[in-house]
Amino acid sequence: MMSRKNLLLALSAALVYLFLYLPLVIVVVFSFNDSRLNAEWVGFTWKWYGKLLENQEMLTAAMNSLIIASVSAGIATILGTLAGIAMHQYRLRLLQILVLAPIAMPEILMGVSLLVLFIMVNMTLGLISIMLAHITFCIGFVALAVQARISSLDPALIEAARDLGATPWQCFREITLPLLMPGILAGALMAFTLSIDDFVITFFTAGVGSSTLPLQIYSMVKIAVTPEVNAVSTLLMLVTLVVITVASRLSPAIFRGE
Amino acid sequence: MLKTVQGKAWSKYLLSLPPMAYLLIFFAAPTLIMLFASFRYSGEYGGLAPWLVQDGGQWTLDLTLENWQRLFGTDIYLRLFVKSIGYAVSTTVICMVMAYPLALMIARSGRKSRDLLLLLVILPFWSNFLVRIYAWMIIFSPMGALTRILNGTLDFFGLGPVTLMYSPPAMIVCLVYVHLPFMVLPLYANLEKHDPYLLDAAQDLGAGRWRRFWLITWPLSLPGITAGSILVFIPVLGMFAIPDLLGGTDGIMIGNVIKQQFMESRDWPFGSVLSMVLTVAAVAVVLLGSRMSRQRAGRGG
Repeated sequence: MMSRKNLLLALSAALVYLFLYLPLVIVVVFSFNDSRLNAEWVGFTWKWYGKLLENQEMLTAAMNSLIIASVSAGIATILGTLAGIAMHQYRLRLLQILVLAPIAMPEILMGVSLLVLFIMVNMTLGLISIMLAHITFCIGFVALAVQARISSLDPALIEAARDLGATPWQCFREITLPLLMPGILAGALMAFTLSIDDFVITFFTAGVGSSTLPLQIYSMVKIAVTPEVNAVSTLLMLVTLVVITVASRLSPAIFRGE
Repeated sequence: MLKTVQGKAWSKYLLSLPPMAYLLIFFAAPTLIMLFASFRYSGEYGGLAPWLVQDGGQWTLDLTLENWQRLFGTDIYLRLFVKSIGYAVSTTVICMVMAYPLALMIARSGRKSRDLLLLLVILPFWSNFLVRIYAWMIIFSPMGALTRILNGTLDFFGLGPVTLMYSPPAMIVCLVYVHLPFMVLPLYANLEKHDPYLLDAAQDLGAGRWRRFWLITWPLSLPGITAGSILVFIPVLGMFAIPDLLGGTDGIMIGNVIKQQFMESRDWPFGSVLSMVLTVAAVAVVLLGSRMSRQRAGRGG
């Protein structure tokens, strides 16, 4: 049985969910619409997805996005795991600030300051500069995921291993690392999604020659709203959905805003 | 506390040095370089002019306060900042109003449904940023159903047609849409910890529904609101993509002007000045927020 107040609460919550999902549903639905205009339902078609496969620029951008996200997530996972362990174990104020500040600052600041740095050292902007930038903002997210995992572990496990005569290195390799794995993997998947989705920082560090999927979408929507954008958006959402669902299974805690 | 690596002083450096070095080079150094750039001259073809020039065999520093004087010399930029803060405050307040019932509903629902309800809040947040903006471009487009229904209704009352696209309201709707989960999550984390017995006790003592909310739930949730507000306010303050795509000429924010200085007019020193002001504003908000939550913690509230 529901009281009037609870009903009101449930109703307003339902409206917020509608607000969250309706726009995305519209994007997906119109990606199958047989009309150039995103206005009225005309009929079902796959043709916008077919057009994507013929769009060479889009394919190159997708390839770039995948390469950048894989490399950035890989390196950020290593650095972020080290940072997460160090932050848990020692009181390192500087490290803490360095890890958390990039997450707290508006993205545009990291974008323009890295642009100034890269130009100052005469670096050609391209895939490498984008990767260096993506690693920078991914480290913090991995570190937080790893830290959340360590906090949930039982210290007695390590003590027991030590008492049984394991060396510190054995202890780390055989006990700590496997226990941390779900946190590390969740962090890696988060880093991958953040990288493949990033627009702002990529926008400033990409230069002229190299495009990524979000940059490609940006230049397309700047000109016009077309169903091809709906199709690529739908595919991108699908990738993110799968990756994030897997990550949230691995480490539920970090997805609860804890 | 779990000691992951036992003893050994060097393990501290082995662990912390690589990430620390990386972030010093790619986060701390660029910020300082930008501070420095704000005192330099613009290069002939954009970018930056050399800061050290040789003048008759003698090296001299070629720095200037010009860029900062330009900031304070007119009220254009002050007005721009005030406008951006206004948009950021509106977005934060609307997010709060929308997030509160949702977070409360999730916090008061059963353990099993909570995880699912939370996941449903987070999922759209993980879909691509530009896709989420694009969705609103479709909704607000002049040919879209919303605009046509609205104008049909207005026409019925003899009022002229309106355009939704490229206007500050359209921009604010999208800003709220993109940042709403940042408000819901910390608010939920806070509300979930409230002791239900407090509300029961208040009810037993005769407090009505709204009184219970204003005297118990609301004050206890202030730390959650503070955290959520910081998480919404800061990214919105530095936003450029949403005003760019949806805001039109009225919806210009500080981020748009920074982007313009670096990518279009290529006046990097002045772009650096604006970026430094934005940095200071963001740091000030973070410090203010953490101070507020410390004070509350100190009062034991």
